[in-house]
Amino acid sequence: MTVLDHDLATAWTPDAHGPRRDPAPLLPESEPVRILGTPALRRTVDSPGGPELLRDLHRRLVVGRRFNQQATTLTKQGRLAVYPASTGQEACQIAVAGALRPGDWLFPSYRDTLAVVSRGVDPLETLTLLRGNAHCGYDPYEHQVAPLSTPLATQAPHAVGLAHAARLRGDSTVALAMVGDGGTSEGDFHEALNFAGVLNAPVVFLVQNNGYAISVPLAKQSAAPTLAHKAVGYGIQGRLVDGNDAVAVHTVLGEAVQHARSGAGPVLVEAVTYRLEAHTNADDAGRYRSAEEVAGWRERDPLTLMERHLREAGVLGDQEVAAAAAEAEELADRMRTLFHVKPELDPMSLFTHVYAEPTPQLREQAAQLAAELAAEAATGAER
Amino acid sequence: MTSAAPPRAAAPQSAAPRTATLASALNSALRDAMRDDPSVHVLGEDVGTLGGVFRITDGLAAEFGADRCLDTPLAEAGILGTAVGMAMYGLRPVVEMQFDAFAYPAFEQLVSHVARMRNRTAGRMPLPITIRIPYGGGIGGVEHHSDSSEAYYAHTPGLHVVTPATVADGYGLLRSAIASDDPVVFLEPKRLYWSKDDWSAEAPTPIEPIGRAVVRRQGSSATLLTYGPSLPVCLEAAEAARAEGWDLSVVDLRSLAPFDDETVAAAVRATGRAVVVHESAGFAGVGAEIAARVTERCFHHLAAPVLRVTGFDIPYPPPMLEEHHLPGVDRILDAVSKLQWEQ
Repeated sequence: MTVLDHDLATAWTPDAHGPRRDPAPLLPESEPVRILGTPALRRTVDSPGGPELLRDLHRRLVVGRRFNQQATTLTKQGRLAVYPASTGQEACQIAVAGALRPGDWLFPSYRDTLAVVSRGVDPLETLTLLRGNAHCGYDPYEHQVAPLSTPLATQAPHAVGLAHAARLRGDSTVALAMVGDGGTSEGDFHEALNFAGVLNAPVVFLVQNNGYAISVPLAKQSAAPTLAHKAVGYGIQGRLVDGNDAVAVHTVLGEAVQHARSGAGPVLVEAVTYRLEAHTNADDAGRYRSAEEVAGWRERDPLTLMERHLREAGVLGDQEVAAAAAEAEELADRMRTLFHVKPELDPMSLFTHVYAEPTPQLREQAAQLAAELAAEAATGAER
Repeated sequence: MTSAAPPRAAAPQSAAPRTATLASALNSALRDAMRDDPSVHVLGEDVGTLGGVFRITDGLAAEFGADRCLDTPLAEAGILGTAVGMAMYGLRPVVEMQFDAFAYPAFEQLVSHVARMRNRTAGRMPLPITIRIPYGGGIGGVEHHSDSSEAYYAHTPGLHVVTPATVADGYGLLRSAIASDDPVVFLEPKRLYWSKDDWSAEAPTPIEPIGRAVVRRQGSSATLLTYGPSLPVCLEAAEAARAEGWDLSVVDLRSLAPFDDETVAAAVRATGRAVVVHESAGFAGVGAEIAARVTERCFHHLAAPVLRVTGFDIPYPPPMLEEHHLPGVDRILDAVSKLQWEQ
């Protein structure tokens, strides 16, 4: 048996090159899905487990914001080499972890450290790339999180391949790849969506459209009606959601993951959000966007939106808000403690994992470095 | 992550030797690897129903099904990127790139992920992927069908770069490449696909370990260092050199990375003279690395500088002009004649 549809029905016929399916069902919503501030919120509040879910999303938003703040502070203290903050995008970041089950796989890019931490990876291990002491400090197999990908969208085909392999094995695994608006211009994004469609792989692509690829706004990045419309060209489902509405992102991503898991095919979700901070601490966003624009988006801060609407709905009170803040401070405190200890570095580890077994050439070079280190140590001892 | 089952031991050589082509030996290696290890999956353009444009995957889809010998969309980065994800999930993908110059779109996946993932993850996420690439000229191919791209790959830490030149090595090295827990760029000299040798799929030759060069011809005057498509040319040159009074050694490197310094240095010290021969452009090519390594290790044994006979530093020529570009017997003998022989 094959999981792929390679039977004769797909072979060439005189009509095989014409329209093969109706694109209409694949089209994304004309407006981003919103739940906060709509009657749908009331339905969630009234559903079984609804209030607990909403309070949990709020709590994780608060903790997520604090994670971003503390990591940014660590760059100012020289504890991190660089930090691309997801401040303003926390609703997307935390929703990812909520949508995936254990056994599912996450394929993050470099700005998605909060999603990685939300999935359960230790902050210290998550941030080694940005601290500069190790490329990937966590075991990808422990929490099913691929290494943070720096070359944009290059991890998207990996998600497709992993999801395809899982499907071949009969597992119900779903893979979720995170890409930004800029990343959708990359060839690998296109190839990943195309392969996903052809293989019918159980994969979800989450595009966090935060408005800018460093300095370049979306208008210079793409002429697509929305980024979610890109799905249609690959025969896969497009979805459009308000990325600052944590409940909406949670809901739409959950539906997308379920769609993929059911075998109905891949989904491309565009979450419309905004990068409140600069690209990284090394960037000056004032060179390419106005303070007024940022101020407008601060009014749509996912955290304040959530708190306001949940308070109005009567599911969130001072006690929950204070508890969330306390948990956030606990995380920040733990991060300070962890990162104020200098990392242990082993220069000889540079040679350990290039290959399964070091080549003769690497053995020679390792011996050279070992001799240099020994000489340094001897000089140090003499002093 | 699991290691592949160890490759099958060679059958006893009792069966009568028959001739086989390099192409058929490569096909046998793929088939035997897929039979021995269900995690081995082949994917690429036209590898399924067609059996590949060079027929290296002929019959695999019929025997193992469309899932294990997968016809992919026409997108090399997507093919290799998909293979990365498959390997992350415990499969052992064998990727076919249709031609050398069509592999370039996959370069970023290769350099930024395939070569680095083991290192990036401190050994936790090895990627046992074999990337098969038909390479080199001499088949009358139009532009983009005759590149020798080995230097790009050999320059990339984390990759093994292997190239067979004989039918037996086609089988033995490909089995090793597929069984390797490291990614292997497996460069197949396409003009040797149809070369024949005594070899039988029923009694395959032993698995050849990666990283070992072999002396194909033992001589005393000078040593030719070569690999892949240039090996038969060098052996022919060595025969022709006898008329000039030179008895040449010929070393088949087989593995460009890792490099077998030991065998190469011993073969050069034995003669005191060396010429490196390859098709690809000379400047910053593999031959430059080899010449440097030989000089560093054999300086006091050398009677002459190490010379290189390579393709010119030009884009690969149109097929009607390629004979002027490719290293031939005369050009090799010219180089040998310049090795400062005493009159």
